[in-house]
Amino acid sequence: MKAYKVYAINDGTVIDHIPATRALKVIDILSLENEGILTIGIGFSSEKLGKKDIIKIENKYLEKEETDKISLIAPGATINIIKGGKLTEKRKIERPEEYINIVKCLNPNCITQHADIETRFKVAKTSPFTLRCHYCERSVEAGEVEIL
Amino acid sequence: MKFKGRSIISIRDMDKASLLKIINTAEEVKKGKHKNCLKGKVISTLFFEPSTRTKFSFESATQYMGGEVIGFAGSEYTSVKKGESLADTIKTISGYCDVIVIRHPIEGAARLASEVTSVPVINAGDGANQHPTQTFLDLFTINELVSDLSRIKVGFLGDLKYGRTVHSLAYALALFKTPLCFISPKLLRMPVDLLDEISEMGSKTKEYEELEELEEKLDILYVTRIQKERFGDLQEYERVAGCYRLTPQIVHTLGENIKIMHPLPRVNEIAPDVDTMENAIYFEQAHNGIPVRQGILGLITGTIA
Ligand SMILES: [Zn+2]
Repeated sequence: MKAYKVYAINDGTVIDHIPATRALKVIDILSLENEGILTIGIGFSSEKLGKKDIIKIENKYLEKEETDKISLIAPGATINIIKGGKLTEKRKIERPEEYINIVKCLNPNCITQHADIETRFKVAKTSPFTLRCHYCERSVEAGEVEIL
Repeated sequence: MKFKGRSIISIRDMDKASLLKIINTAEEVKKGKHKNCLKGKVISTLFFEPSTRTKFSFESATQYMGGEVIGFAGSEYTSVKKGESLADTIKTISGYCDVIVIRHPIEGAARLASEVTSVPVINAGDGANQHPTQTFLDLFTINELVSDLSRIKVGFLGDLKYGRTVHSLAYALALFKTPLCFISPKLLRMPVDLLDEISEMGSKTKEYEELEELEEKLDILYVTRIQKERFGDLQEYERVAGCYRLTPQIVHTLGENIKIMHPLPRVNEIAPDVDTMENAIYFEQAHNGIPVRQGILGLITGTIA
């Protein structure tokens, strides 16, 4: 039997295979701070990643549109939806076409830094993965983005 | 492609068909068609940063076509001085006019403006980002000289790193798969990602550091200013700027039929005695701003179908 270091949940969402130390960032992006009981595991050993983080969110089933928001920081994460103690859905993260209020525009002369508006980025190129600001039109590679 | 009610914000919103429609409409206007089509329309020019030439160009375009103009330049609009947000200014002015022309020092300001109003917005320059009507008039000017935009060769000379007009025109020409040459000092090369994008769109591209290295005959040479501020070292600036100065002798070596374009204002990069050569078309280019802007205003107000 597999010994769980983070206790199992009966109903809710498990986000597994988060690159180590990014769990808190994931919670931030998904605004999970005030969503009831969260169990956070940081730095577990993982065959795939070496080290990984896990988040368990009780009594909340995250939708695909929500979890896709973490594709920039945890593209390899897996989402497990658990209902009545059973795994009812398992899915991977996919990249959305548009990132709304997730990425900060690094251009100091961009309107998003001067007006109280949501940032919007569209995928400009897939290899290397590059986003373009909807407003100032500057592009930024995924490795250089700053998450809001 | 429907133009009525549409905002004109960025060359990236355009496809080949829209650009051809704009060119054809400007041609009709230049030939005297669509007279007074802006009668009864009010165009507002909101210039949050001054640009007298662009403002005059929009205003005379409107007035020649029978329209009225309201607007401001700089910080003379009192609500802005009092700290009113851009969105609020746009929403308020929207009640007073049929089109908003905006120039703003912040990149993306025109896009934001177009999202808070149902009145069509024309971007007349947002910082270093876009100035689409400049690109349309450049494209229109080139198209007047040739029968097929894909069968000419266009060169760009000068500051290709920061030059907004160069980036937009190169992008627009890439929609026609026009072969392009870029001639600039190393420090001021075309941004690599844009160069890649243009090649992927189907334009053959080539880069040179000196005009003398050019192996091919160009139909058009688009010259831009090299700004002193881009160089830390004044001597380096003077050396580089000197190398990229166009004189009648250089124009001769480039070929009898080459046409020289420039977005103006010009400083030292083209010697004044080039002006009288048949090759120089930069003043005609600037004047083309009128029929092009008239065409756009007619299209987006729906008075030209
Ligand atoms: Zn931006």
